[in-house]
Amino acid sequence: MMLEVRELCAFYGENQALYGLDFALDEGNIVTLLGANGAGKTTTLRALCGMVRLSGEVRFDRKSLLGRATEDIVRLGIAHVPEGRGTFVRMTVEENLQLGAMVRNDRVGISRDIEQVYAHFPRLKERRAQTAGTLSGGEQQMLAVGRALMLRPRLMLLDEPSFGLAPLIVEELFEILRRLNRELGVAMLIVEQNAALALDLADHAYLLETGHIVMAGPASEIGKDEAVRRSYLGY
Amino acid sequence: MELLLQQVLAGLATGAIYASMALAVVMIYQAIDHLNFAQGEMAMFSTFLAWQMLQWGWPYWAAFIGSVALSFVGGIAIERVLFKPIQNAPILSQLAAFIALYGILNSSAGWIWDFNIKTFPTPFGSAPLFGERLIGTHQAGMIGVTLLMLCLLYLFFRGSRLGLAMRAAATNPESARLVGIRVGWMIALGWGMSAAVGAVAGMLIAPVVFLEPNMMLGVLLYGFAGAVLGGLSSPGGAVAGGFAVGVIENLAGTFIPYVGRELKLTIALVVIVAVLMVKPSGVFGRTVVSRV
Repeated sequence: MMLEVRELCAFYGENQALYGLDFALDEGNIVTLLGANGAGKTTTLRALCGMVRLSGEVRFDRKSLLGRATEDIVRLGIAHVPEGRGTFVRMTVEENLQLGAMVRNDRVGISRDIEQVYAHFPRLKERRAQTAGTLSGGEQQMLAVGRALMLRPRLMLLDEPSFGLAPLIVEELFEILRRLNRELGVAMLIVEQNAALALDLADHAYLLETGHIVMAGPASEIGKDEAVRRSYLGY
Repeated sequence: MELLLQQVLAGLATGAIYASMALAVVMIYQAIDHLNFAQGEMAMFSTFLAWQMLQWGWPYWAAFIGSVALSFVGGIAIERVLFKPIQNAPILSQLAAFIALYGILNSSAGWIWDFNIKTFPTPFGSAPLFGERLIGTHQAGMIGVTLLMLCLLYLFFRGSRLGLAMRAAATNPESARLVGIRVGWMIALGWGMSAAVGAVAGMLIAPVVFLEPNMMLGVLLYGFAGAVLGGLSSPGGAVAGGFAVGVIENLAGTFIPYVGRELKLTIALVVIVAVLMVKPSGVFGRTVVSRV
């Protein structure tokens, strides 16, 4: 197992947001966390990156992540694409990509990877000298994914990648994610409101409700379960 | 006409110092969102360090570089020891820490080196430049050294990876952490560089205002005025603001009757208030818009 999570609890001040989550992610797999607003999906991703107070056990390649600073967790090869994208809006597209590779020191490899990102997202190449704040929502999301790739991550945490994007752009983006997973073997943990889309992409799915995992299984089975569909996925 | 040109050039020379102080203030402000009230005292202390090295018989430029290096290390130490532990404290506690730092530096300088006014040498001499009476060599040196320093800083922040990382850490710390930047150390580095910039400003202005523990009070106020005028969110704007304040100060002192030398400091405060009323984010500043 690449990522193993046991009894994960998370807290915002006095308030507990997660109650003992257990889940796991295999090398090269895609796992999705589904659930309504406030179920704790974003908190789960933030907890993995050490951005909220937590208890329990989180292991990445058997190394415990508990008590590690966010920047050290990132250095292990975990790239987090936060909700709202978290690009550096006042810096250019190219600078954003450079920043994504900040923990690496191979100059040649970095510029090769920047070209690689431009190959995946040709639109970013056209806008390489523009500041990120001037990009459209879809372009910013692509930049966020591209920047995460610059880390050469083994695991990507994607928080609502479809948020605020037009349906066509969403399809394009998910197609690219699928390709990245297949070609580069990047494992992904995806939080999504758009359940149909996420289940289509993922190998495994977990259903979250008010900080508890209420259902888990292969994505194809979860998608077929009539009761689940009606009560949680809304289609 | 010659008087005007002379006053503008003299204004640019002191403006160079205000610009440096404004830049030092903005560098820390960008990283931690607080004005460093002790910036002037840090610069004063650095100048005393240089003076001490000169007393020990070091050549001028050795003392200059020694003081800049020590200030850099000292700035980092101040951040690590005093401000990192209280980074999440309420704003008033942080304010108290700045005032404490001000008091500590001011009185310990007085205790170590006493409060008597001392002369501080200039490496540029004081003869008129090019035999004309427009500008003295020391004033020209102030402008030259400042411009050189500003260019180096610009190249560092625009062209180097470390500079890029520092900018990222200052503008968006959470995202910076997510790309693996050690934000805490970037902030400490910002303090170090800011202290070094202040040290240069202090050593350049000391031959003009003379060396004593309160020498930087007025200079820092002008620096604040410059930073507010240009915009606290814009390092380039703060530098331009510093130069502008220097020129305004000189011209007002010379050409507006009754202002004279005595009311020059008032001008700086009037500039701060006027800018805040008309354009609160400064001439080159960005208004922060947040989506809710």
